[in-house]
Amino acid sequence: MKKQKLVVVGNGMAGMRAVEELLKLAPELYDITVFGAEPHPNYNRILLSPVLAGEMTINDIILNPLDWYSDNGISLHLGKTIERIDRTRRKVIAGEGLEVEYDRLLLATGSTPFMPPIPGTDLPGVISYRDIRDTDEMIETARRYRNAVVIGGGLLGLEAANGLRQRGMEVTVVHLMPWLMERQLDKAAADMLKLSLEARGLKFLLEKQTEAMIRGESGRVAALRFKDGLEIPADLVVVAAGIRPNTALAESTRLHCNRGIVVNDTMQTYDPRIYAVGECVAHRGINYGLVAPLFEQAKVCANHLANFGISRYTGTVTSTKLKVTGIDLFSAGNFIGGEGTDEIVLHDPSGGVYKKLVVRNDTLIGAVLYGDTADGAWYFKMVKDEQNIREIRDHLMFGQNSSVGDLGHAGNSHAASMADDAEVCGCNGVCKGEIVKAIKTHGLFTVEDVRKTTKASSSCGSCTGLVEQILASTIGGAYTPAQSNNKPVCGCTEHSHGSVREAIRTQHLLTIPAVMKALDWKTPNGCASCRPALNYYLISSWPGEARDDPQSRFINERAHANIQKDGTYSVIPRMWGGLTTPSELRAIADVADKFQVPTVKMTGGARIDLLGIKKDDLPRVWADLGAAGMVSGHAYGKSIRTVKTCVGAEHCRFGTQRSMAMGVKLERMLFGMWSPHKVKLAVSGCPRNCAEAGIKDIGVIGVDSGYELYVAGNGGIKTEVAQFLCKVKSDEEVMEYSAAFLQIYREEGYYLERTCHYIARVGLDHVKAAVVDDAARRKALYERLLFALQDYEDPWQQAVQQPALRREYEVIQLQEVPA
Amino acid sequence: MSDWIRVCLLTDIAPLGSRIAASSQGDIAIFRSADDQVFALRDKCPHRGGPLSQGIVHGDTVTCPLHGWKLGLKDGQAVAPDKGCARRFAVKVEAEAVWLQLT
Ligand code: SRM
Ligand SMILES: Cc1cc2nc3c(=O)[nH]c(=O)nc-3n(C[C@H](O)[C@H](O)[C@H](O)COP(=O)(O)OP(=O)(O)OC[C@H]3O[C@@H](n4cnc5c(N)ncnc54)[C@H](O)[C@@H]3O)c2cc1C
Ligand code: SF4
Ligand code: FES
Repeated sequence: MKKQKLVVVGNGMAGMRAVEELLKLAPELYDITVFGAEPHPNYNRILLSPVLAGEMTINDIILNPLDWYSDNGISLHLGKTIERIDRTRRKVIAGEGLEVEYDRLLLATGSTPFMPPIPGTDLPGVISYRDIRDTDEMIETARRYRNAVVIGGGLLGLEAANGLRQRGMEVTVVHLMPWLMERQLDKAAADMLKLSLEARGLKFLLEKQTEAMIRGESGRVAALRFKDGLEIPADLVVVAAGIRPNTALAESTRLHCNRGIVVNDTMQTYDPRIYAVGECVAHRGINYGLVAPLFEQAKVCANHLANFGISRYTGTVTSTKLKVTGIDLFSAGNFIGGEGTDEIVLHDPSGGVYKKLVVRNDTLIGAVLYGDTADGAWYFKMVKDEQNIREIRDHLMFGQNSSVGDLGHAGNSHAASMADDAEVCGCNGVCKGEIVKAIKTHGLFTVEDVRKTTKASSSCGSCTGLVEQILASTIGGAYTPAQSNNKPVCGCTEHSHGSVREAIRTQHLLTIPAVMKALDWKTPNGCASCRPALNYYLISSWPGEARDDPQSRFINERAHANIQKDGTYSVIPRMWGGLTTPSELRAIADVADKFQVPTVKMTGGARIDLLGIKKDDLPRVWADLGAAGMVSGHAYGKSIRTVKTCVGAEHCRFGTQRSMAMGVKLERMLFGMWSPHKVKLAVSGCPRNCAEAGIKDIGVIGVDSGYELYVAGNGGIKTEVAQFLCKVKSDEEVMEYSAAFLQIYREEGYYLERTCHYIARVGLDHVKAAVVDDAARRKALYERLLFALQDYEDPWQQAVQQPALRREYEVIQLQEVPA
Repeated sequence: MSDWIRVCLLTDIAPLGSRIAASSQGDIAIFRSADDQVFALRDKCPHRGGPLSQGIVHGDTVTCPLHGWKLGLKDGQAVAPDKGCARRFAVKVEAEAVWLQLT
């Protein structure tokens, strides 16, 4: 069958999106010809702002390189403007006698910047802000001239002003209205925005009307005069006073236009062979100027061009974000409110946060967020879905994850708790569920892959962080986020924790100097951040081969006691599972007397702390404790800490399992275990959970039929409830599963990452696959842990017995009388 | 000029380690760098008095164990942005021993 001919006029964001969607649905249906007036392949117009601000280059923003056109058999005519359409002969006509016939025609001509009728707009140095050429001109001008004026305090104007300022110009923004971005913001938010832009050096003239642009001696614009007579210098005037749908071509062929090319819900114009999408279109009387709706249009249009005929475009509720790095701003829906609406407002001027939610009849109809926009997508979804909010109204303002006192470990993932139909990428209308599905079905590993496959985060980029989180929580350990990938361990190196670990493992590196040499460390012997990390990676990767380096340990781990604010130390002997005996208590009491220990206290870990001991007394304190059979409690280490237990079936009338015995067994097995961060366990005899197993790195809860295992809880900076790992039957299984979990954490965790952060990074499924689902891997992990622990000796007794180690604790008395 | 006092053998201090010498002028921290240079500072961090001898030594700097200030071993000066200075003592290595001058 002979292919039909599709001609596309306009090589911009909407037109090419429609072509992409079409190629997905019906790659063979058409011979496609594209005309673009600009001399560039399709690029991401939105990102001109970061290009102007110097954060990206033109190359970064090309969406479809020339290869894409040829690979898909598209004839591309760049720098060619279609001047006429002959609807009777079904031809488009570019200049120079170039004519192309069509069976179907797609108009995607975008819009043109509006130039207000002010004298002087034709002067050199007066430009609009729409395309690569404008952007280049601004960059070039900023190199040579000083004063810029931006007319228009809307989204576009402010992004232009910010970019020019970043490039060193003095920038004044002139705005007709009493506040900035009046179509997207209320006055309060706009005032805060203005303040922070002023802090970046921008100047504002509000409620000012320009009368004329004045020509300088060079022929170029030199100044701007306002109606009130004020004149300001201007070597560059950027007019960002709005856009007008580019309908000239359509009108010349007498297609029905009214504030845009009029289309129906299938994106068809009044000529059934001609479709239109993008900013040039008026749909149900609305003309959109943001990409999210245009992409929806493109999708519907493609569906009809592919002859599927089953989708309709019914309009879009839009939301707005400003792309000025460091300024968080979001608005959606009706945020002005008015009759019959309630406004919920949070306003913290010094904290730089403003939030306003507009509610009508228990539905959220609009929102403005400034300073903290984390919940923007959540609110936006409610606005679009017209969700009833009665139930959550009292904490609506505090966001999706509101719970009092939720300070949050930095960078924790909320992605895991998002609903599948929650929108992630506003520009492309991509929901979490679609992303997860794409990751799973196509085996995606990087944000770049997700971007290519789902389009999420491919337009304005502000949801990149969220996409990363979803990726991380979906594929687990296979994902090394770009961020922590690039984030060096410390200033001594370019390498990340992940790549250092990798190098140690694959190159069989055994000493810190060897690692530093292999990875080109920038400092001769690192620093207090990287050396402890390297030491841990070495001894955990090569147990029995790599030697521990005391000088690369923080003092607590070097001295095996916890340093206090006055330079004394604390000593906490191990009480296995929280159990003790009269003779141990007697020995502790004797030590406290003998060494005049100022404070003796019960710790939160259910054992006794002797605080305020002088360093040179430590070996003698340990010798006495050791004589009573006590060993180091490692209360100072990135290591196994405590295994808390409840009395359990041994005594308790409700106990189902012998939790004390189980706890002691676990603690004895793990004695001497070093880990990325500290590790705490608890064993409770029944679900009443008196040992607080729900907030431990591993929590074991006895039930009638065995034990439930929970992992990755945390009771510290931010309380994290442990997650259910699996159920097991016997004590032996508790040991094996716990050990396997800890070993995978030891092997994959980054230094100073506790189990809850490790799981947040790699995902529980990743760990389950190794520890629960794969018996062979579990056994191997278990054995590797046992191997690493097999020769561990009590560091206290070593210090007592080995003179070389004792040196650490000895003070040299200077003989000041000359010998 | 006061006299040089013998402190210990160089090998009594671990490379990238330190020892405390108790004197009439208070505790003095004696450091040994990776390339066997020795340095001596009053064992008291200008921040809140932390024992510098207990810190991690790297290059010619020590990181205080209490709150992580970094101090130059050569001059006792805190590394920016922190400001402060720990008193410095003259030290030398001679005949495999470390010698200190109390000023
Ligand atoms: C002694 C003790 C307080 C007490 O008197 O009860 C204690 C003392 C210290 N804790 Fe703790 N923690 C003590 C139980 C806890 C507990 C409760 C527990 O273990 O059940 C927690 C919450 C549970 C948890 O870890 O999930 C706890 C969460 C923290 C945290 C926050 C950890 C986190 O991941 O959020 C830190 C800071 C850190 O490690 O970075 C910390 C750090 C510290 C340090 C080591 C700070 C330091 O680096 O010097 C404190 C030393 C004080 C000193 O002068 O010796 N301590 N600390 C407890 C020793 C228990 C033991 O027998 O080993
Ligand atoms: C600096 C800047 C920042 C922006 N930031 C955002 C943002 O953060 N978020 C957001 O959603 N939107 C933003 N936008 C708006 C967004 O870029 C537009 O909505 C989108 O590009 C419109 O797509 P379109 O395909 O309709 O038009 P365009 O992308 O403009 O494409 C139309 C193309 O058609 C060509 N053309 C026109 N007539 C003819 C003809 N007769 N023959 C041949 N070719 C022709 C034009 O040269 C143009 O290349 C921004 C715009 C700019 C300029
Ligand atoms: S909570 Fe822990 S770290 Fe904080 S003061 Fe108490 S013991 Fe120290
Ligand atoms: S006492 Fe040294 S850093 Fe605080």
